Formats: sequence, C-alpha cells, structure tokens
Amino acid sequence: MPVALFVPCYIDQFYPDVAVATLELLERLGLDVVFPEAQTCCGQPMANTGCVSETAPVARRMVEIFADYDAVICPSGSCTAMIRHHYAEYFTEDSAQYQKVASRTFELCEYLHDVLQLTRLNVTFPHRVSLHQSCHGLRELRLGGSSESMTPRVDKVREILKLVEGIEWCIPQRSDECCGFGGTFAVNEPDVSAAMGRDRITDHLATGSHVMASADMSCLMHLQGLIRREDHPITVMHVAQILVGRPVVRPASHANPPAPHSNPSETIR
Amino acid sequence: MKLPIVDHPTAARPFVTNPKRSQWHDKALWFVRSKRDKQAGGVSEWEHLRELASKIKTHTVANLADYLVQFEQAATRLGATVHWAADAAEHNEIVLKILKRHETLRIVKSKSMLTEECHLNHFLENNGIEVVDTDLGERIVQLRDETPSHIVLPAIHIKKEEVGETFHQHLGTDEGASDPKYLTEAARQHLRNKFLMGEVGITGVNFGIAETGGLVVCTNEGNADLGVSLPKVHIACMGIEKLIPRFQDLSVFTRLLARSATGQPITTYTSHFHGPRDPDSELHIILVDNGRTRLRGNAEFRDSLNCIRCGACMNTCPVYRRSGGHSYHATVPGPIGSVLSPTRDAKSYKSLPYACSLCGSCTDVCPVKIPLHHQLLAWRKELVGRGLLPVSKRVSMRLASMLFQRPRLFAIAGKCGRTALRVLPHWMTHNRLNTWTIARELPNPPRESFREWYGRNRNED
Ligand code: SF4
Repeated sequence: MPVALFVPCYIDQFYPDVAVATLELLERLGLDVVFPEAQTCCGQPMANTGCVSETAPVARRMVEIFADYDAVICPSGSCTAMIRHHYAEYFTEDSAQYQKVASRTFELCEYLHDVLQLTRLNVTFPHRVSLHQSCHGLRELRLGGSSESMTPRVDKVREILKLVEGIEWCIPQRSDECCGFGGTFAVNEPDVSAAMGRDRITDHLATGSHVMASADMSCLMHLQGLIRREDHPITVMHVAQILVGRPVVRPASHANPPAPHSNPSETIR
Repeated sequence: MKLPIVDHPTAARPFVTNPKRSQWHDKALWFVRSKRDKQAGGVSEWEHLRELASKIKTHTVANLADYLVQFEQAATRLGATVHWAADAAEHNEIVLKILKRHETLRIVKSKSMLTEECHLNHFLENNGIEVVDTDLGERIVQLRDETPSHIVLPAIHIKKEEVGETFHQHLGTDEGASDPKYLTEAARQHLRNKFLMGEVGITGVNFGIAETGGLVVCTNEGNADLGVSLPKVHIACMGIEKLIPRFQDLSVFTRLLARSATGQPITTYTSHFHGPRDPDSELHIILVDNGRTRLRGNAEFRDSLNCIRCGACMNTCPVYRRSGGHSYHATVPGPIGSVLSPTRDAKSYKSLPYACSLCGSCTDVCPVKIPLHHQLLAWRKELVGRGLLPVSKRVSMRLASMLFQRPRLFAIAGKCGRTALRVLPHWMTHNRLNTWTIARELPNPPRESFREWYGRNRNED
C-alpha cells in the first residue's frame, strides 16, 4: 500500500525542490510514495482568516483525496496541524474518512521519528546550522518541547537532523520565538511581522550559523524574503533538503538579482 | 458609549517602526518571560498546578451564583458590607456614595485593573475627589495622564529618562535625573505624604474566598496594606470572577501568580483581609459584573473568565512586545485583551483577534490554561459570521477557495503567476501595493512547479 505525499500549495508553486527532496528521501527509505495530483491546499489561509464556509469544501475534498492511503506525509508542521487539529468542524464526528485522514497524516520528521523510527541516514552536511522551530510544529503538533511548557518532550526535528553527519549546531538565544509569518498575518500586520522576522534573523546570525533550517518552509519563505532584501549572509533550507544532502545554495539578494534564466548558485564554502 | 474602531496595525505602527523603542520594550519583557521560565522550571509539579488551577476556576465559574452568595454571607458575617454593581457606572456610583457619606476629598488607590476598566479615576476627579494611585507604575502613568500599557507593569513602555522628566515636572526632582534608585526614593517620599492624607483606601482584589468571605491582594510594594491601614474605610473593588471556593485553593494560585507574572516565587506582599480591621473601621466589597455574566453565558469564550491577570501572555506575546500595550486601545491588552475586548464591542475591536500570528505561546504560558490562541481563532470565525471582515478580504478568500477546489485552474494560475513574477520588472511586483514586498522579497519563482516536475519524472503513463 503506497503512502501519499501531501505538498502544501506554496511549496508546490515556489519551493518544488523541498517536495522533490521529501519524495527522494522517502523513496530512498524504501517507501512506495504517490503524489495525488488533485490536491491543492489544506485550507489554512481561509481557516485562519475565520472564513469557515470557504474552508469547508477545501477540507472535504482534501480528506476525500487522501482517504485511501495508509499514511499521508507532509513536509510542513503547520499544514499537518491544520488537518489533524482543525478539520473536525467540517465533518460529522462519525466520518470514518475524516477520522482516518486526521489520524494518519504526519509531518515528515514526525513520520521518520515515530513511524519509521529512523536510526541511520547516509548523509553528510558539513555546515553550521541553526534550527528555526515552527510554532505549529511545536505547539500544535508537539514535535518538541516548547520553552513555555515544563513538560519534557523529545525534539523530533533535531533528533532526525542529528542523523546527518557533519552538522555544526548553532543555538540561537530564543529557542522557539515566532518568526512573524503567521499566514495572512504577514500581510495584515506587515510592520510587526517584519520586526519579528528581523529579530529572528539577528538571533540566528549572532550564532555564526550559515544555514537556518526549519521543517516549515512558510516561515522560511518570510525569513528568506527579509534576508534577501537586507542581504544577510545566511541561507534558509528545509529540513528535507538537508536530509538528502542538497548543497547549500545562496539565492541572490535583491541588490544582485539573478541573471535572467540562470539558476542562482553561489555556494557557501 | 460608541467606541471608535481600533485598527491594530495602524495603532502599532509608530511603536513598532521605532526600532529603538520597540526592541528595548521587547527585551525588557523577554527578560521577565525568561525569569518566569526559570521559576516555573523550578517547580516540578508546574504543569500539574496549571491543570489544577484551570479546573478550580472552571468549576468556580460553572457554580458562580452559589459561590457568590456563599461569599457574600461569609463576608457579611465578618462585618464587611457587600455591594453589587451590574456595570461600571453602578460601580462608580457606589464608590462615590461611600466617599460622600464620609465627606472624603482624597483617596489612595492601589493597583486595580477593575477600576481602570470602570474608568473610576476620571469619574471621581470629575466629582471633585483627588485620586492618588499608589502603585509606582500606575502613579507614573497617572502623572503623565496616560493609561497603563500592561496589567502588571503599567509603565513598562516608559523609559527611565522619561520617568525622570515626569518626576522633575511633578515632584520637583533634579532635571535630567534618571537613576532609578533616586527616582524611586522621590516617589516614595511623595507617596508617603499622600498615604498620610488619604481618607479612604481603595484596592483591587486578586482572590475572594467564598468559604471564608476573605480577600487576598498581592502587591510588591506593600502599597495596598499601607493604603488601607491608615484610613478607616477600605473599599475593595472586585470582579465577580475573582472567586475561589476554599481557602486551601489559594496556594495553588499564589504559587502560580507571581511566578507567571514577574518570575518571583511569590509577591513581596500577599495581604489577607478578613472583615474590617477593627470595630471603628469599614470594609466595603463591591462585586462587579460589567459584562462578566454575559461572557459566562458564551460557551466559546467562557474560559477567558478564568484569567487571574498575571500578564504572562503579554510578556510572551511577540506581537505585544513589539507593538506596545497602547496599540490595543483597551484596559487589558495582549492576547487575553484581544479575546476580551471584542466580547464588549465586536465591531470596535475586530482587528485585535487578527493581531496575532497564532504562535500559541500565550496558551502554553497561561497559568490557568486558557486556550488563548484558539480563542482568537474562534473570534475570527465569529467576526466573519457577523459580517465584520472587510469585503476585500472576504472576496480574496472566496477566490482562493474556488481556486483550491479546481486543481487544473490552480496549476494554470500558479504558472501564470510565477511567469509574471519572472518576466515583470522588479518594481512592478515589489511595490507598496503589494504588502508582502514592503519589507521582503518575493520568492524566486521556479520555472517548474512540483506537480509539473512530478508529471515529467514520476508519471509513467
Ligand atoms: S490569560 Fe492567562 S496568561 Fe494572560 S493574564 Fe490571564 S491568566 Fe495570565
């Protein structure tokens, strides 16, 4: 029975390599992975705006599309949390399809850690890395302990990354403060959102990190937007890309836009 | 009273776009939050205490009527006079009546968010009574004719140099002085005189104990004790949600309150008042509803009545720390304020539930486990349901929903969008009409979406 790959809409459109890396990783681990092409988005932008009636049809079709798989794997904590914790109101309690999808949808690292119980990975990533914890991964999915909570929890994203050889860890001072993306928040509150993002970047830069890694590309999209605008010497990468050993690619800053039709490829070190 | 509509992003702009001020404010509050973490971490049963506190409060609110009656009877037995106020106006009238009966012209008041909520100061001043806030932070705010920007640290938005200026103006301290020790001493001398002249003392209440009819007030400056020890009359203003059932429940809350609020194991003073202190004195307790019963009737937001006003959700909120308390235009700012304010006036405060990135830090920090960020999300649904979302936003969400229900159209729209981003000049895609790009770049659009790549590389048929 194949597992399904759920690729969040913005990853599909803007960060296809994150999805390719996820797919390659799962295939390397021997899984039979299918990408159901009718999928689009989990509905979070509408749900987080409060638009219930706009979310409902999107949620229902997502569940239908993924109902036949043993597991649904998603390289985003936020979108996984949406399906697992915020779909209930769009289904009747006894909907077997919904129950199944909600309980069988996993964030990528969570799947590797809890289901596959991965203990080895033949990958090297010889770089200075700092981890940006996504709020929804942490406080909705509990992929690790949040700094507010005194309940000890295993940090699943870091545990999985620890299987990669060569990482030199850099630890920011504020271990899990929000980056300020927050979906539509980023455009509703542009000033506060940007201020929050800048503070995260400053914190990560101060550690000497070269690569800011996260299991949520949406946070990184926002942070990368600031990094490129302000031309900071740090690169963002999704955890999946590190787990398959992708090289570190520094996208061109706003000041030095890429030559048309060429792939930006300035590699650090 | 019709309130103006608060637009949080606009109200926050002057503060957040002043990096010096907003970063300083952020660091000051983060320091408090870190102290809280250390203290909470030192109590091995911390999470158990939170759970217990949440259950006690939920139980109390569920049985509020019974506990209120029990409290009134017990307090009366102790010799206190219990008053009931349906709203702010009634509360203020009751206070004024007591003051008039005693022919009082001066009162000293320790910190009370309830009297802020009722705008008691202005009401009394308009009636010719001098009100002196004796909490240092509140006094600073009062002298500057401002409102508190935080419920525990009312003057957290004011720098010590600015305090120096205010004190120079009002208390005659040296010009340019900003040494906190010097300024505090000056305030102490100034307040001491006021304490001596105060004829009636007003305090807030942290906990009312139904079983005993006693009150508990927590302060760090001892100003509540001092304020009610000299005068013969003590008026305690208390929201009806401040009750706890039994004396033995108190320790659960005192252990949580100061640790959550300021990262102290306990407040310097935890003052218990059980009836008037002697036969010549009076203790008046005013039980204030002011919308609380209505909130209690609302299953979605009822939990917000459990709040013990520790302020931890403000200290931890990344939006609050960077936008300052005044940007909420409400007595209670921050996450809990953004839940409470729309319950008073949804239209005026409709932007507050959106002043939140849904990071969930407040929910994890709250000592009584109010699911704050889920309540803010619930508010958004409520606002949309009441037709209070701007039309432009509603339309864009409708369009998005349509698109997401049509994968082919979604793929085509995505391709068009990415192509446009690639071929259009930078200034056309990055300008002030596009809010995303005011501070940030858009992602470099790839030539191929994942689904296109997948179609080429994995679909054999
Ligand atoms: S909501 Fe919770 S954290 Fe916020 S002030 Fe109330 S008790 Fe404290």
